[in-house]
Amino acid sequence: MRATPSPAQSLPASDEGISTPVPAAEIDASCRAPILFLLVSAAVWVVISSVLGMIGSLKFHAPGLLADSAFFTYGRVHPAALNALVYGFGMQAGLGVILWMLAHLGRTRLVGNVGIVMGGILWNIGMTAGVLGILGGDSTGYQLLEMPRYATFPLFIGYLMIGIGALLTFHTRRERQLSSSQWFALAALFWFPWIFSTAEFFLVGHPVRGALQMVLDSWYVNNLKTVWFGFAGLAAIFYFIPKLIERPLYSHYIGLFVFWTLALFGSWGAIPPGSPLPEWLPTLSIMGALLTIVPILAVAINVYRTKGDCAKIKESRSMKFFLFGTLAYIISGLAGAVMLLRRVSVVVNFTWFLPAQSQLLLYGFVAITLFGAIYHIVPRLLQTEFPSKGMICGTFFLAAAGILLYCVPLAIGGILQGLGMNDAAKPFSEVMNSSLVFLRISTIGDFLMLLANCLLLLNLIRIHVRAGRTVAAAAWAAHSNTAGVRA
Amino acid sequence: MNAGPFVFLASFFALAVSWLGFVLAPQLQLGNRQQVESRTTGDVYPHMRAGMARQGEQVYRANGCNACHTQQVRYKGFGGDYARGWGGRDSVVQSVDEDYLYDRPAMLGTIRVGPDLANIGLRQTNANILLQHIYSPTNSFPHSVMPPYRYLFEKGRKLAIGQKASDDSVAVEKGYEIVPTDEARALAAYLISLRQNELLYPETPPLTKPTNAVPATNAVKAAASTNNVNTNTPAK
Repeated sequence: MRATPSPAQSLPASDEGISTPVPAAEIDASCRAPILFLLVSAAVWVVISSVLGMIGSLKFHAPGLLADSAFFTYGRVHPAALNALVYGFGMQAGLGVILWMLAHLGRTRLVGNVGIVMGGILWNIGMTAGVLGILGGDSTGYQLLEMPRYATFPLFIGYLMIGIGALLTFHTRRERQLSSSQWFALAALFWFPWIFSTAEFFLVGHPVRGALQMVLDSWYVNNLKTVWFGFAGLAAIFYFIPKLIERPLYSHYIGLFVFWTLALFGSWGAIPPGSPLPEWLPTLSIMGALLTIVPILAVAINVYRTKGDCAKIKESRSMKFFLFGTLAYIISGLAGAVMLLRRVSVVVNFTWFLPAQSQLLLYGFVAITLFGAIYHIVPRLLQTEFPSKGMICGTFFLAAAGILLYCVPLAIGGILQGLGMNDAAKPFSEVMNSSLVFLRISTIGDFLMLLANCLLLLNLIRIHVRAGRTVAAAAWAAHSNTAGVRA
Repeated sequence: MNAGPFVFLASFFALAVSWLGFVLAPQLQLGNRQQVESRTTGDVYPHMRAGMARQGEQVYRANGCNACHTQQVRYKGFGGDYARGWGGRDSVVQSVDEDYLYDRPAMLGTIRVGPDLANIGLRQTNANILLQHIYSPTNSFPHSVMPPYRYLFEKGRKLAIGQKASDDSVAVEKGYEIVPTDEARALAAYLISLRQNELLYPETPPLTKPTNAVPATNAVKAAASTNNVNTNTPAK
């Protein structure tokens, strides 16, 4: 990102190659190693996350489970699972998909491959240290920033290395016209280093005092969920949906409108009313959250109009991932805005409704959208098809059923829990018992998501085996040919 | 059209707005909070935690107690927090930002799988009862989903027949008494230190209509107490 005109522009037509688009197959060849590394490690993390999540969920059936080990206590397993999902899977796969989209939208080869692979390795080292750190009791105690300090350095440097690769790729693009997907992708790239370094500096490095820590943490969490994941997911949705049905996006300008409104107001809705803070903070939060309803509806209109009643929807296998992702985005976004209203917050705040909304965003929207993108990208990188098409559909239905069976019971249970808690005549233990049924149903959702995640990893392994076999067979054939010639 | 730098500037501008509003402005307003001295009692508030409780705070953090317990009580009339007896102040305002001045980290929590602990130290001052609950939550609440924190306890001496277990043991199993580790003792000390009972004048009174929300007698009392603490002065 330079303010001065790029050499590509200042030297018109001196080099034919610089403005001619690179063929898609060549772009995919340049992306192969770094992006496969990011996507496969992300798939490993999503499985780890759901295994940890499953352990956490089972504790509501048998609190005594693994109770003799500090490593697997609920207060450690739960944040570890969430961090593995958010940073290990969501951010890593998100970066992989962003890189691939930037290369294809710019019709240029991926630049800085070595840096990206090194960055990916650092990211995974940081993740491993972070998750083990949380399980070992080194959690910082801040929501979604639980990973200890020693883990955040490799994470941050890894991100910067991947991000620089993305910016270089963007800079050498040959298609100068920007699409709204590129806006979202680039903004997401810029966003994270700033919010992460601010939050780490003011919470872990030089902690601010008292309740300000809560303000900063909420600000960070909301920026990460609404803006980073919102942008990365929307970039994928606005790219893949038009591409799969071979129609242009309904409106580029609605895309830009969504970008601006989300960028400006998306990060405000962080602080629920009733918090131990000056009243202007929750008030401003409610205002910002309500303003995000407008871009959410704009996303709905844009996707709906793009999709139309196109017959191609049924043909494409990955389409359902993106449509489900859009729907989850709209519902979780609206729920996230409405739950800050005073009258709603007084009931649902501090209940299971919050994790239900958050998981719908992180898994229903982000993860399922990224699953679709992975299923689209990986066969192109390896130049071979997935061995089983049924298993792709299987991933989708398991993931979709899983997130629904997780969110719906928890949302209902959360509302009932909130109503019960506000009725002081009911003893607390009774309120908890009544919401326990819903919690236990949600374990089925956790289990289905675990199966979906395993299926994704299995599919990725199988396609690699298949691609490896093809390569080996070709090499063998070449070898025996030459051997034959020699003989 | 080379709009790359423009995307950068747009993101920068949008993030700067959010940063000014939610990072800088609260810091300017609340960043210089000091201990205050109450004219009514002469105490300074909030207290800095003493050694054991300070270590216990780290045990609370390391084991992620905040994954299930909040430490914030919403103001009277907003939800059932006060009516449940979780509040520590006899006023409309409950938790305020001063309460967390010395918390490192401040663990306000986001979900109540268990009860709020902001004032657990006012409700229970007996460390042994707290420790018994931590060792085996289902003993006191048969349907509790709180995990038993057995790893915070260890086997003590073997009891002879008829011998009484010592006062700080939490249970007797197979003839051995179960005693808390230092970590568990620190945790109990921390829990007992959790109390938000000093009356403080809030930065901005919450938007309640006391006549609707709470009975008139309470509102009058609350108004009276607010007047009292109006006279709080910063400690030296």
